[in-house]
Amino acid sequence: MEAHTLERELESTLESVDSAEQLVFAEAQALGLDEDDLYRVGIAIRECMVNAVVHGNRYNSRKKVHLKVERTADRLAIVIGDEGDGFDPKAVPDPLDAENLLRGSGRGVMLMQSFMDEFQISQRQPQGTEVKMVKYKAKAT
Amino acid sequence: MSVKLTTRQVGDVTVVDAAGRITLGEGASMFRDTIRDLAAAGHKKLLLNLAEISYIDSSGIGELVSGFTTVANQGGVVKLLSLTKRVQDLLQITKLYTVFEVFDDEAKAVQSFK
Repeated sequence: MEAHTLERELESTLESVDSAEQLVFAEAQALGLDEDDLYRVGIAIRECMVNAVVHGNRYNSRKKVHLKVERTADRLAIVIGDEGDGFDPKAVPDPLDAENLLRGSGRGVMLMQSFMDEFQISQRQPQGTEVKMVKYKAKAT
Repeated sequence: MSVKLTTRQVGDVTVVDAAGRITLGEGASMFRDTIRDLAAAGHKKLLLNLAEISYIDSSGIGELVSGFTTVANQGGVVKLLSLTKRVQDLLQITKLYTVFEVFDDEAKAVQSFK
């Protein structure tokens, strides 16, 4: 099967979080993910988009969020990039440390890692942060 | 649908029935405001019924935790009731099961505040 690819340039708004979730959800459904995996992908996309809009682009209307979704027969690969100042994941306190359990934020990256099969953060060229996430369709047993 | 919050009193326990999604934006804001208003009004025993919550993101989880600390700082306590499987999973992944007392039965939950 040839890869089905879609790319979008989204505004730095919370409405874009909903748009991206809907776009990716449709692709995840087309892949045939089950209800639980659809939910997990949905959470991961929302967390990633919120990071891009809120922490990366800081709602700056001149900056865009770049979404790319590639669907093949057995997997969905999603790349979300922002145009912010960059992000060091090591700078985020471990949300599972006892001293951080009552923090009001800092759990987004952990949820993305938990819910997707592959997760990678890199520097986006020429500017910003890029997150690549992959979800595989579970093989029938 | 964002989130719908309905408050009722069972003895001296304030039960907040929540339905919908608690996500960044209106849902999380409404949730935060409701808990803060209840705490400010002197409600010290809060039971959050999450049976009809379909979805919580990390912002929503953050508001649950912030609500817990807000009420605790005023000498009160927040407990959780009727979590869906997905919300249970989120609390396990985030280790917040170690923070919140969780109940499946409302009567037992109310009794636990005595």
